[in-house]
Amino acid sequence: MSNELVLAVEDLTVSFDGFKAVDKLNLYVEKNELRVIIGPNGAGKTTVLDLICGRTKATSGSIKFKDIELTKYPEYKIVQVGVGRKFQTPSIYENLSVLENLEISFPRGRGVFGSLVFARTQDVVDRIMEIAEMIFLSDQLEVQAGLLSHGQKQWLEIGMLLIQDPELLMLDEPVAGMSVSEREKTAELLNRISQGRSVIVIEHDMEFVKRIAHKVTVLHQGKLLAEGNMDAVQSNPKVIEVYLGH
Amino acid sequence: MMNAFYSKWLGGKRGAIELAVLAAFIFIVMPLWLDIFRLNMVGKYLTYAFAAVGLVMVWGYGGILSLGQGIFFGIGGYCMAMFLKLEASDLASTARQTTPGIPDFMDWNQVTSLPLIWEPFHSLTFTLIAILVLPSVVAYVIGVAMFKRRVGGVYFSIITQAIAAILTILVVGQQGMTGGINGITDLKTLHGWNINTNSAKYILYYLNGALLIGAIVLCKFVLSSKLGRLLLAMRDKEDRVRFSGYDVANFKIFTFSLGAVISAIGGAMFTLQVGFMSPSIIGIVPSIEMVIFAAIGGRMSLVGAVYGTLLVNYGKTAFSESFPSLWLFLMGALFIGVVMVFPNGLAGLYDTYLKGRLEKVMAKLRERGPLRKLSPVKAGVQK
Repeated sequence: MSNELVLAVEDLTVSFDGFKAVDKLNLYVEKNELRVIIGPNGAGKTTVLDLICGRTKATSGSIKFKDIELTKYPEYKIVQVGVGRKFQTPSIYENLSVLENLEISFPRGRGVFGSLVFARTQDVVDRIMEIAEMIFLSDQLEVQAGLLSHGQKQWLEIGMLLIQDPELLMLDEPVAGMSVSEREKTAELLNRISQGRSVIVIEHDMEFVKRIAHKVTVLHQGKLLAEGNMDAVQSNPKVIEVYLGH
Repeated sequence: MMNAFYSKWLGGKRGAIELAVLAAFIFIVMPLWLDIFRLNMVGKYLTYAFAAVGLVMVWGYGGILSLGQGIFFGIGGYCMAMFLKLEASDLASTARQTTPGIPDFMDWNQVTSLPLIWEPFHSLTFTLIAILVLPSVVAYVIGVAMFKRRVGGVYFSIITQAIAAILTILVVGQQGMTGGINGITDLKTLHGWNINTNSAKYILYYLNGALLIGAIVLCKFVLSSKLGRLLLAMRDKEDRVRFSGYDVANFKIFTFSLGAVISAIGGAMFTLQVGFMSPSIIGIVPSIEMVIFAAIGGRMSLVGAVYGTLLVNYGKTAFSESFPSLWLFLMGALFIGVVMVFPNGLAGLYDTYLKGRLEKVMAKLRERGPLRKLSPVKAGVQK
């Protein structure tokens, strides 16, 4: 491989009362790569992200992020080493303003006493402005986040991750509920932010997947079904049978 | 620098006015209006207000309903009572006991030497430190045990209530050590200063008021920091906070401990002003009453909690003097009223009904009177 490996998932298995939601999965993501995971409902896509970010504990197998074993880490440490995760439904602080949402996500003053003395200094403000610009919310900084449109909420959550400058960014259905023009903008945004970091996206919208994916991983019943570029995957008979066929 | 103090510690213009009104009420109106007997009673109620202020932080902002604030109130109160009792049990005044020099209730219970844990309470410095450190250690231990395992909501409430019950049973059961159900009574002097005189009662009342306002200012500072916004964020989307790199449990433990320390200061002031400490003040019922004080005052309002405490206790005194059996029903009705009709308590009622009118009146006054320009505090960059 020419590029350095950021994420190496090996033999990852998780079983809930005997049901294997993820079964001996291997997944490798390189730097600067934008990987899309697709698969029918219940294929284990979201569970894979849950496992990587520590929300669900693996039954067996390993998750290595730049040689750090993540399976033993608590969630907040996984974030601190550089893994960011966006949830399926926009998960933002509705009662706070856009600016405050971004400020809370700024990676400084994460301890109890650090947060007591945290001050909104010029570098924090500059960084917030920069991110707000990227996520198309520059003129909404004072707006209460709960009042944003669904698509803007999705962007805000992406922005909250970007401000932490993670090396691995995981997005669960980032364009769900977005209008066509919002999708265009998001595709552009994702292509831009995958420079210098790795991005994993779960998505159902095949047109959107085509636009952004470098490589596609297809999951089915917790197992890896196929992997490769979009064309190869789409013409794979196994994939057609379980997923694209109907 | 002054601006930072103004906006961070006092809570801006509105916060400063709220505090000034409260201070005037406690320091000027009450002492002028009431005789020392009644004022001492208000002082007692204001010690409960510490617990209510703590609950605003823990429950209102932290989203953790603790039904065991009496535990911490009791720790503070008992620490102070132990010191005062030791001072009251000098050799001269206990000469007629089988074992002179130990508290009277120990003598009655055939205890012949001072238990080891009582020894350090000969020192006032140790006692004052214990009042602050002990409750935070207990709250820390409970917090680590609960929050690190993600125990929350109603389970946390039940466990804190159980701890309050256990503590009461322990205190009652260990009569020789704690004074049992009667508590620790007959307290006389603090470092040689008689606390039962009228002048001492005035001084303690003012000290109590000053500490209470200090506690509120401290809480305002915490709430105005990023920690305060994190607490709001956690109530909204706890997972998002966790996956933004914060150890959520630590913030809950901190808030719970802060509430505990504030309660304990109230407890210590209770002992000083009322002159005794007993298990009836720290158990389940008083712990729940503290929650009602905070709820009626408005669980998101620090100053509201003080008014809520005063109102409920005033009602309790006034009502139970004339209709003793009806009071509990009335308190129950009040609580139901808060839950069903005005969930933000007195503070909420003020915001909806009074605030708008008051502002109109103020605006009119300003038009007529000499125009005073108040420089607005810039909420921008802080250096």
